[in-house]
Amino acid sequence: MSNEIKHHLTDELLMAYSAGTLPEAFNLMVATHLSLCDTCRAQAESYDALGGCMLQDAPDSVDMADGALDATLALIAGGPAPDAPTHPSCDVLPAPLRDYVGGGVSDIRWKPVGMGVKQAILPTSSAASARLLFIPAGAAMPDHGHKGMELTMVLQGAFSDEIDRFARGDVEIADEDLEHMPVADISADCICLAVTDAPLKFNSLIPKLVQPFLRI
Amino acid sequence: MFAEVETVETCGAAEAVQQVMRKRKTSVRKGKAAVNREDDGCKPQGEWVAHVLRIRSAQDKTAFAELFRHFAPRVKAFLIKSGSTPSQAEECTQEVMATLWHKAHLFDPSRASVATWVYTIARNRRIDLLRKERRPEPEDLTWGPEAEPDQADIVSLQQETAHLREALKALPQAQRELIEKAYFGDLSHREIAAQTGLPLGTIKSRIRLALDRLRHAMK
Repeated sequence: MSNEIKHHLTDELLMAYSAGTLPEAFNLMVATHLSLCDTCRAQAESYDALGGCMLQDAPDSVDMADGALDATLALIAGGPAPDAPTHPSCDVLPAPLRDYVGGGVSDIRWKPVGMGVKQAILPTSSAASARLLFIPAGAAMPDHGHKGMELTMVLQGAFSDEIDRFARGDVEIADEDLEHMPVADISADCICLAVTDAPLKFNSLIPKLVQPFLRI
Repeated sequence: MFAEVETVETCGAAEAVQQVMRKRKTSVRKGKAAVNREDDGCKPQGEWVAHVLRIRSAQDKTAFAELFRHFAPRVKAFLIKSGSTPSQAEECTQEVMATLWHKAHLFDPSRASVATWVYTIARNRRIDLLRKERRPEPEDLTWGPEAEPDQADIVSLQQETAHLREALKALPQAQRELIEKAYFGDLSHREIAAQTGLPLGTIKSRIRLALDRLRHAMK
């Protein structure tokens, strides 16, 4: 990928991803970012190495049952678990997202939420939510705030707000303190992945209530 | 099921990543030790690497049994600590070890130590088991025409991990425990705070401090 990613994930998120303590939606965000960002991938693998060291040197170990090795060899003889199905490559969606969408960008089941904006909620556990957002070229999202932590990563096009410009692979990290008005670049429709640990709101079909939907 | 080792797909980032990984490795490649390919399970080439390579190339059950004796009790302890019942943990550990056999051909010693690899398999299985959730993994990297990783890269990565391990052992007890909890307790920072009575800000800064120390120790 030739464009340079400027806005990365925090160390804290990368470590929690490696430790396996993030909600599924955040795992999806991290996995998608790592698919595009070599810097964060190297960092995440370092945290995996940390986990490996902890495993090696943990003060306690628990004896396996009698015959565990033979049982495992029998499992091995039964052959490997079947591989999960993979989807053909797509210029917009990296592999982890293709798994959740069930295909490429043309397979996303968009739902309009007003003013040309569309979203598609992805099936994750309820601890946090993930959705894809479609913002028409040149369109502005209404000025809005956030509940909880929200991460937004650009997959196609770009948007700009009071903070900076965000292009493919860039992640904007928003919390309660950020009020902003993102505007999509005029050159292309903008597609983003957004995850948040705040509850989803669905009362968005009435234009006056567009803003609450943006706060998911 | 174990997405971290899915089949390789096309990805334009491959060369760039190779460069990054190489740079990362070159930067720590200081005292390069002589490589002894047959060095059984130990030092320069990295602990246990030879075992996995023997499983991969010769379906060597003796090598597997040795790996099993070392890692299975650790994996089982890890799973119990993060909330499995002993019988779940036993079954799950056997699956983790079987996966290790089946995926041995995907193990890349220039990117991870064996312990790191086992850890990632166990971690993903734990998420499967305890949370009934999928674990999204990054898109696989394609490694270009040279299928076999460079021997010097293997040595330096394995050495780098050994340094990390030493640095981790040298951490003050309190910091080590926090990292341990963050990895093995299936606890968020908030939950750790509740358990230890430390406010969230303190936890975060302690973990950061621990990580800074680690980085410093590795330079």
